[in-house]
Amino acid sequence: MFIVKYIKNVFSAIKSLLVGMRRTGYYFTHHKEIITQQYPDNRETLVLPERFKGEVVMPHNENNEHRCTGCTACELACPNGTIKVITKFDITPEGKKKKAIDKLVYHLELCTLCNLCVIACPSDAIVMAQTFEHSVFDRNKLTKVLNNPDSKIMDGVE
Amino acid sequence: MWSLSGITNWVDQWLNATFNPTLTLIIEMVIVGVCVISLFAVLGLVLVIMERKVSAWMQIRLGPNRVGPKGMLQSFADTLKLLVKEGFTPNGADKFLFNLAPYLAIIVAMLLMAPIAFAKDFHMWNLNIGVLYVSAVSSISVISILMAGWASNNKYSLMGAMRSGAQIVSYELSAGLAILTIVVLTGSLNLNDIIQSQANGWWIFKGHIPAIIAFVIFIIAVTAETNRAPFDLAEAESELTAGFHTEYSGMKFALFFLAEYVNVFIVCAIGATLFLGGWMPFHIGNWQSFNHVMDFIPSSIWFMGKTFFLIFLIMWFRWTFPRLRIDQLLNLEWKYLLPISMFNILLVTAVAILGWHF
Repeated sequence: MFIVKYIKNVFSAIKSLLVGMRRTGYYFTHHKEIITQQYPDNRETLVLPERFKGEVVMPHNENNEHRCTGCTACELACPNGTIKVITKFDITPEGKKKKAIDKLVYHLELCTLCNLCVIACPSDAIVMAQTFEHSVFDRNKLTKVLNNPDSKIMDGVE
Repeated sequence: MWSLSGITNWVDQWLNATFNPTLTLIIEMVIVGVCVISLFAVLGLVLVIMERKVSAWMQIRLGPNRVGPKGMLQSFADTLKLLVKEGFTPNGADKFLFNLAPYLAIIVAMLLMAPIAFAKDFHMWNLNIGVLYVSAVSSISVISILMAGWASNNKYSLMGAMRSGAQIVSYELSAGLAILTIVVLTGSLNLNDIIQSQANGWWIFKGHIPAIIAFVIFIIAVTAETNRAPFDLAEAESELTAGFHTEYSGMKFALFFLAEYVNVFIVCAIGATLFLGGWMPFHIGNWQSFNHVMDFIPSSIWFMGKTFFLIFLIMWFRWTFPRLRIDQLLNLEWKYLLPISMFNILLVTAVAILGWHF
């Protein structure tokens, strides 16, 4: 039965090679599949994949309000100390002291874009932006404060 | 009608009328030499850009697209770069052999051009043992590779050269046997006779299954002989940096590169001549009008079309299949290709004797 196995081997090998050639032949004839982005030329129309992670940002609404409660979960989740939450105490109208953020300092030059802070955030205050042109001539510009000046926490976010 | 053989005849007559026979012969040799060198240059430029575009499209990329329209002048830019680079010889290298090897590679490629019929009655040398000549001369190329690997005084180079030697020596057998099937069917070693015998149909159609098996084996074996992927163990960028031409730079490297592409062209031309009828137009039985339309296309276009089809096939292999390991490579030759081609040659002999082919 050696000869049967031998012939089967030859034919299955030819078949698997043809499957591979069919795939590359399909790509060769279907240029719409090309995934190359001609980046500096198509800067205006560039479409990045949904899951692309560029940098951590904190979205604010039109009243300059963010969702960050200052719980420092992101700071604890960060593996290499990229995020530093500096908190302060606000006085609420009822006269109670309430913890809020003063500054959320983000070091882009240390960040590995691992997304752990975004997952850790209980109130969805920080998200990943799709920007990627981060190079600057001064390293200090990479240390960013994510909350806008004079921003407040959104109502109803605890 | 316009034809290449008409031009050569006209040049020959004009030279004979103007000069004495000896001078005519010398001038004609010079013209042929210049033509071959310019053909080499054109082939190098065309095949490099073709390879890069084919590979890019097969890998869902765009390929070169900056230099010239659609990147078509990329290979000119590359050639210019190679021309101005320093041809460096390493200190520990055997200088004479190191510098000789690229020229030997290119000379082998040049010699192989001689018996190929590029169009109807258009060839350099109507050799009555053309097939034997081609298979004999092509085996010299292994010497240039071994020479380069040995003279470089580099482990990677030597390793690549040894692999290449093992590969070429073993794959020559099945390539030779595949060629032999057509010789059996034709009964001639002359490449022009082989083309003439395909006037009423190409051997790949006339020869039934044995010819198809021989064609497949031939393509596999010549892919291995020209050291191209999936049989590029001799170069193997990921393991041996560049194999036998690791130490070469500038024009000396370019000559190896050019020799590889010219060798691909030559083996495809031989394949087209043996199996696809060389410059013979495509004819179907008694369809007179169809056959006349096919005859109207010049024979040089037919030859180039078939050759470039085979080149495309070999490029398709290169950008689809992964590289073989050395033991898999030798297994494929000695356990599969050689027994199958030996069996195939018995089959084709029976077909030829009993007259089963058309």
